[in-house]
Amino acid sequence: MTAKVRGQDKPGRDRCGGVPRLAQVSGPNTNYDPVEVAALAPEAVEADVAAALSAVAAASDLEQLKAARLAHAGERSPLALANREIGALPPSAKAEAGKRVGQARGRVSQALAARQAELEAERDERILVEEAMDLTAVPARRPLGRRHVLTVTAERMADAMVGMGWEIAEGPGVEAEWFNFDALNFDKDHPARQMQDTFFVDPADAGLVLRTHTSPVQARSLLERGVPLYVAVPGKTFRTDELDATHTPVFHQLEGLAVDEGLTMAHLKGTLDRLAEAMFGEGIVSRLRPAYFPFTEPSAEMDFQCFVCRGEDAGCRTCGGTGWIEWGGCGMVNHNVLIACGVDPDRYQGFAFGMGVERTAMFRHGITDMREMIEGDVRFNAQFGMEI
Amino acid sequence: MRVPVDWLGEYVELPEDVTGEQIAADLVAVGLEEEGLHTSGVGGPLVVGRVLEKHPEPQKNGKVINWCQVDVGDANGSGEPQGIVCGAHNFEPGDLVAVILPGGVLPTPQGPLTISARKTYGHVSAGMICSVRELGIGDDHEGIIVLPRLLGADRVEQLGLTPGDDLVGVLGLDREVVEVNVTPDRGYCFSIRGIAREYSHSTGAPYRDPADLPVDPATDDGYAVELRDEHPRDGEVAGCDRYVARVVRGIDLTRQTPEWMARRLTEAGMRPIGLAVDVTNYVMLALGQPLHAFDLATLDGPIVVRRARAGERLRTLDDVDRELDPEDLLITCGPDGERVLALAGVMGGEDGEVTPGETTDVLIESAHFDARTVARTSRRHKLSSEAAKRFERGVDPAVTAAAAQLAVDLLVEHGGGTADPAITDRDERASTAMPSILLDLGMPTDYVGVDYSPERVVEVLRMIGCEVTPEDETLPGTVSVVPPTWRPDLTDAPTLVEEVARIDGYDKIPSVVPRATGGRGLTHAQRSRRAVAGALAGQGLQEVLTYPFVGATRFDELGLAADDPRRAALRLANPLSDEAPLMRTELLQTLPEVLRRNISRGSRDVALFEIDTVTLPDHSASAPVPDVGQRPDDATLEAIRAAVPGQPWHVAVVAAGLADRAGWWGSGRHVDVTDVAAWAHSVADTLGVRVRRRQAERAPFHPGRCVELTLDDGTTVGWAGELHPKVNQRLGLPERTSAAELDLEVLVRASDHRSQVTHLSTHPVAASDVALVVPLSARYGEVEESLRAGAGALLESIALFDVYVGDQIGDDQQSLAFRMHFRAPDRTLTTEEVNAARDAAVARAARDHGAVQR
Repeated sequence: MTAKVRGQDKPGRDRCGGVPRLAQVSGPNTNYDPVEVAALAPEAVEADVAAALSAVAAASDLEQLKAARLAHAGERSPLALANREIGALPPSAKAEAGKRVGQARGRVSQALAARQAELEAERDERILVEEAMDLTAVPARRPLGRRHVLTVTAERMADAMVGMGWEIAEGPGVEAEWFNFDALNFDKDHPARQMQDTFFVDPADAGLVLRTHTSPVQARSLLERGVPLYVAVPGKTFRTDELDATHTPVFHQLEGLAVDEGLTMAHLKGTLDRLAEAMFGEGIVSRLRPAYFPFTEPSAEMDFQCFVCRGEDAGCRTCGGTGWIEWGGCGMVNHNVLIACGVDPDRYQGFAFGMGVERTAMFRHGITDMREMIEGDVRFNAQFGMEI
Repeated sequence: MRVPVDWLGEYVELPEDVTGEQIAADLVAVGLEEEGLHTSGVGGPLVVGRVLEKHPEPQKNGKVINWCQVDVGDANGSGEPQGIVCGAHNFEPGDLVAVILPGGVLPTPQGPLTISARKTYGHVSAGMICSVRELGIGDDHEGIIVLPRLLGADRVEQLGLTPGDDLVGVLGLDREVVEVNVTPDRGYCFSIRGIAREYSHSTGAPYRDPADLPVDPATDDGYAVELRDEHPRDGEVAGCDRYVARVVRGIDLTRQTPEWMARRLTEAGMRPIGLAVDVTNYVMLALGQPLHAFDLATLDGPIVVRRARAGERLRTLDDVDRELDPEDLLITCGPDGERVLALAGVMGGEDGEVTPGETTDVLIESAHFDARTVARTSRRHKLSSEAAKRFERGVDPAVTAAAAQLAVDLLVEHGGGTADPAITDRDERASTAMPSILLDLGMPTDYVGVDYSPERVVEVLRMIGCEVTPEDETLPGTVSVVPPTWRPDLTDAPTLVEEVARIDGYDKIPSVVPRATGGRGLTHAQRSRRAVAGALAGQGLQEVLTYPFVGATRFDELGLAADDPRRAALRLANPLSDEAPLMRTELLQTLPEVLRRNISRGSRDVALFEIDTVTLPDHSASAPVPDVGQRPDDATLEAIRAAVPGQPWHVAVVAAGLADRAGWWGSGRHVDVTDVAAWAHSVADTLGVRVRRRQAERAPFHPGRCVELTLDDGTTVGWAGELHPKVNQRLGLPERTSAAELDLEVLVRASDHRSQVTHLSTHPVAASDVALVVPLSARYGEVEESLRAGAGALLESIALFDVYVGDQIGDDQQSLAFRMHFRAPDRTLTTEEVNAARDAAVARAARDHGAVQR
């Protein structure tokens, strides 16, 4: 590879380069009077300088400046030629003439350098202007993908629990009937067991269901990890609802279970409040009210003020006009659940809660139609960032 | 449960100006969730009008309308007669009618309609003369309301109705109905009696028990009833432990149900049908005790309550002929109970039913049936009824006689009959009191975190009807609690704690964040899934979630062979759709639907991914289902766990359209199989797992465009490729749609999240390119692996950067150009060293693949 030397543009190059190729003009002459060398006369030198400075000033681009340099500071420029005449002067005259020509050449070369810098700056600026692009159109060359709002919401909820020192447990969606119901104190005749719109696995005596809630992981965790226990369980759950604006047969819950010595409903409320704060920020009104679940006693439901009507619209389709939205069910773990999991209910007590991830996401983002979260339309995803 | 406010006010004192909204809020506080608030939807001015003039005017369309002048008193502000067009004809001048004036609101199926003066049939009609249907108080639309006919002339006179008087109150249109959700543990709240009691608990308002009425004492000579349960439920619980039978004779069942009762029934959500049925329903709503009325004349021999016998059948009132189960409890009659009259507590049959116009003597059944027996029968026959709903949740066994009495009283009063003095009350309850519960008075505080004094605990328990007595000195601080008969749900100490907490108020529970024992954060698997999702989204893929349900036709569409193990999917007994009864065995069985949906909605350049579990049923063992309340033994637990099918986490991608979009910046590039292969690789890279590739043939992929990813040990990670053209066609996807599916469990297990780094050499890198001519059948990856193996430890990286097929080499050959980078950890490599390594690499490729350097 050979690089092009761009030194021609550099000021002062004529002073140090190319001398060997110069033709001899005059030999030493001791007889001449210095004044008789016209080219070295002060007026002549001054005129050369003036011509050079004027040419430099007149150069309007780097090309013209290059020509001016060649003409006024090059090897065949008047001052270079005059300089060569100095050698022909008697020694007594050499010093003065040398000084005069040297100063003249210096002035020219300074002017060249200054003009060079000026023109280069102009050129650089011009190039930046010429290279400008309009970037105000969307450069959607490779658009970013997105996480799904439900998975990110569930992660955020899980992270809030981790922040409280809890661990995140998981369990299977196709679950043993025993874990889904009996371990949680839903006996076989329990009305609640019928109320759950359960998908059963074929054949009916397989003893398997699609879990109707994440609660079976309560029993799994207690059996596998023992106590004290603080686990949250995000996961997919199933009920035989047709998909519509507010129902989906496949949905997500976050379950929480804490079993330890001395836990009370106040700890339950504290945990829920902290989680609510993590998910919704300040200003959301909530209430805890009595409810019934087979696996908790006492039981409670946690509600949030309806995010669409805020209780102002009796005809609100989102909350049915009641002004409240159920966020989750919760309560103190039923003795029978602890016993089924081999935990001594006289020593340990605990609380459990479960809430819908869909509801949480809907609440956070003002989503009013469940289907938009379910259908996988990429335009829905595009409304969110990667972190929500 | 729908609660008419005025009915509620009969049993508990309501504040003068109470609203349905306030009542709902008070009930919520004690655990009755509000389901809705129902009002008439009629807004005034709705006033009495007297028709002054009625001018029939035939119209071109054949209809005759009446142009009326109606005196509405001062209600219109002027006192002048109101001109109204009316299409009905069932009235005459002088009649008192119901007029809604401009500004009034009527409920319509389309929403509220505000009445205004409007031009119609050549007149300005300033209001409307209303029918009962327009006001929502009846179905009759034959004509408009003539007030004396609707209310009775006596009542009109009594009320002194004159033109201009407000009718909203008179017609009950200001009435409100509060609807609450009753949780399964509180069956007693399926009655106005129970709701009123709860309202009293919530507000402290005085309560009057409607069951507290004079009850005629039972006699020995009542209608014969035999409780003959030879097969008690679960071997120990009798199906019926109390049966009251009352007889009322000489009733005229053609008489109208009184208007107030019909209205209450309607408001409570039941249709008035006829006097006998209406009275039994009314008592059920009032007291929570379901009743049944039999036509006495059709009965012969004693009433026998027994279990069904093999082969017995019953046509229930819903006109379904049912085969009975030996566990079903029946109401029968005859010496041997041979005539089946009803499924006890669930539904009656045609035999024995009362018939208005024929029936004159009625036998009222008020009984207490076992909750589980009723629940099982209801479930078995998929037959739900208002009666079953109450019995399943527990009916107060002490209200039986009072309910029968109330029904008798109402029939006598409104049907004109006489009550038989002979009364049957077959009471075989083991005890008339509920089992007592030992309660440590400190337990509510320990459980709830509110400091309840012992006095407060006792006060609350007594308020809800418990008998509380101190235990003996050996157990200081404890009391013995006997719950009231209507609270079969109060069975242990925690249930009493809940009563204390809810009556004292859940709003008093403080908020205390517990100090957890301290966790270890997310697991490696959890973090890995997040990382993979983030990496794919970062590369432009959209995360979606699909339902896991598929049908066998999907397997056909995907081209799975008949014996493909992926067809062996878990089947649901009750799928949402018969088209999709199976649980997917791969994500790619459901993910493409979402791609198609996006394309159909106009998003053509779409790359999707899903991370979820699939279900792989690898055995057919059933899971045992042991009973509640005890820990199963280890072997049973193991059997339960083992029966749950494997559900590994997978990740799948599918993409169509442009990978690089076209736009003002330049042209685009279609997504192709190399994109999905690269994404699949990126999943492994995200987890730091080195994977190998091998050419594969596997549905649903193009047989020549599919790569299998494996671990170093050969374990399959998954596949990436272009979908088979036929698959794309069958699924309605664009040509060249490409996809991949990986087993995340395999990758997560293989990922070493504590991998150790090697020191970075800062010595110069030496590049060397080789072009190898190999047979067309040689796989890029395999040639690369040979070069890698042959080059040895000095090889830092290798990449295939060009492939040539053409004239300059043989027809069955290809030229592969690789760039290799060499570097040593401790020195600058000499040319000789680099050449030697390169030559060794080429030699290995020559040996393995017959490669010749170009």
